[in-house]
Amino acid sequence: MEKKDIIQSFKDSLFTGLIALALFGPIVGLRTASKGEGLFITPQWGVVFLLVGLCILGRFLINLNSARKTEITFFSKFTSKFSAITRDKAKHFAITAILFAVVFPFLPFTDRYFMDVAIMILTYIMLGWGLNIVVGLAGLLDLGYVAFYAVGAYSYALIATTFGWSFWICLPLAGLFAAFFGILLGFPVLRLRGDYLAIVTLGFGEIIRIILINWYEVTNGPDGITGIPRPSFFGLPFKRSPDEGETSFHLFFNLEYSTMHRIIFLYYLILVLALITNYFTLKIRKLPVGRAWEALREDEIACKSLGVNPTNTKLTAFAIGAMFGGFAGSFFATRQAFISPESFTFIESAIIVAIVVLGGMGSQTGVVLASIFLIGITEMFRDLEQYRMIAFGGAMVLIMVFKPKGILANRKPTILMHGDKK
Amino acid sequence: MLKISNVETFYGKIQALRGVDLDVNDGEIVSLIGSNGAGKSTLLMTISGVNKAKRGNIVFNGENIENKQPHKIVDMGICQVPEGRRIFSRLTVEENLRLGAHANEKGKYFENDIKEVYDLFPVLSDRKTQRGGTLSGGEQQMLAIGRALMSKPKVLLLDEPSLGIAPKLVNQIFVSIKNINKEKNVTIFLVEQNAKKALELADRAYVLVNGKVTIKGSGQELLKNKDIQAAYLEGGAKN
Repeated sequence: MEKKDIIQSFKDSLFTGLIALALFGPIVGLRTASKGEGLFITPQWGVVFLLVGLCILGRFLINLNSARKTEITFFSKFTSKFSAITRDKAKHFAITAILFAVVFPFLPFTDRYFMDVAIMILTYIMLGWGLNIVVGLAGLLDLGYVAFYAVGAYSYALIATTFGWSFWICLPLAGLFAAFFGILLGFPVLRLRGDYLAIVTLGFGEIIRIILINWYEVTNGPDGITGIPRPSFFGLPFKRSPDEGETSFHLFFNLEYSTMHRIIFLYYLILVLALITNYFTLKIRKLPVGRAWEALREDEIACKSLGVNPTNTKLTAFAIGAMFGGFAGSFFATRQAFISPESFTFIESAIIVAIVVLGGMGSQTGVVLASIFLIGITEMFRDLEQYRMIAFGGAMVLIMVFKPKGILANRKPTILMHGDKK
Repeated sequence: MLKISNVETFYGKIQALRGVDLDVNDGEIVSLIGSNGAGKSTLLMTISGVNKAKRGNIVFNGENIENKQPHKIVDMGICQVPEGRRIFSRLTVEENLRLGAHANEKGKYFENDIKEVYDLFPVLSDRKTQRGGTLSGGEQQMLAIGRALMSKPKVLLLDEPSLGIAPKLVNQIFVSIKNINKEKNVTIFLVEQNAKKALELADRAYVLVNGKVTIKGSGQELLKNKDIQAAYLEGGAKN
């Protein structure tokens, strides 16, 4: 690397520092604090200089890295190793990941907090897999996926609180309702593609949320629905002291009562639901309808000329994607025992789309990695409170810099020739 | 078998077809030649139902199809190989072929049909697991034709199969088209800019100018026609 280049990248870094100063200066540097009467501005220039310094250093390192492309630097070594692992050993990775997920609740370091994060990550993985059908396979950019999550959650909550039916009856019903809403959204957008489709789905997501807020008689408006029944272990509730005539889980299995039982059960529940979603997607890709989804993503005119019915193909994609969103919603409702429209804002849709896109459109393993990365990193920085969204943004930027087409960009063929089978 | 009478198609206010009359009989190879913008592709898209005819009739085996949806028309036995091939580029060769069978008994495909396509175009068999987008132009054209054959069409509509393909491969593709017609007994309606090749291959041919058929006759007659030679064959004759 020549001296000229170093000076050039140094200048560039300083310029980056200027931009960082302009941004962080007012946002971070001027903090309003209430002392006695009224608000006062407390400057925190130390933090600002630290952040600006980090930006300059980061930019300088990136410049150095891109200037010596041929040399193996830390970043490229890391990413090439990573992609080698993920591409060649995707199958091993999947098996290892599932095994790990199965034993995870019993690992020595696993505590309540880890379990909660794991359940959250798994919920997002399931949502990501569900949306992957619509966005990754059928190529229909849906920015309102949270609507189906909401429909599933509210259907579950309303059916369960009104009729008192068990989780296992309410779950498929909630999925059906969500699928119905998927078709409802599908009809008006049949002729739309790309940006226009995205705008309408975005609107749909908001419409559902606004209905939930305003339809007070049914949804209880912004107050939400409380007292949603918790799931039981095939009829055995997770209660310290069961009602008359009931046996609870810990009594039946002769265990010490622990709140962890329910958490562990919820964990396995979402794990199974997510794996069902994955299994279903992998299977359906090999069926004519799944192939038609992918073909539709590639070229709609070619599809028409080959006799693929685009109407049915799109509607099934929306319906099935929505159904899995609905299942995830039911799970969310039963886990929280309380839902309100606040849980179903646009940011949720955005996170799910981000997971699918960053994972590599259509890649099932990619969704898992992106969920762990995005949700995990955001959780890791929870102590930073409002700054943790910076970590979320940072994670997204990192993926886009090093893996511009998503973590796993390669599409796996659905048919392997005899030679490839192992 | 396929009878097109007085068909008019519009793109918004622009009229692309101004009353086209044309017949394709069972077992024939019929070519349609014409310059850029004459309306050739529009006619094929109108037959396939992707564009709708504003006026006129399209009758296939005694049934009106001008108002039918594209996938219904494919079900009836008219399949198109669209212009520019339109391969599903991220899908493998074999997946592309299976998609072609979509109209066939609700998406069932038959190993035997795939085998026939591989016999017709052996190069595809070597490239089964390759992504469609990685094939050469000629191979993609073969794949597009093979994919259309998977739907077991009675009539195959071909839109400019020679477009952007090396001359050597063009010959090979035209030989294959002839084979498909003779051996598999598939009626061919071919739209081409490569007028010489198209007329040599055709039993009968039509010339489309500005959305209207101006000349028709047997392939040989049209090859000898002075007007056609002047307008379409001078440059193309060298290929």
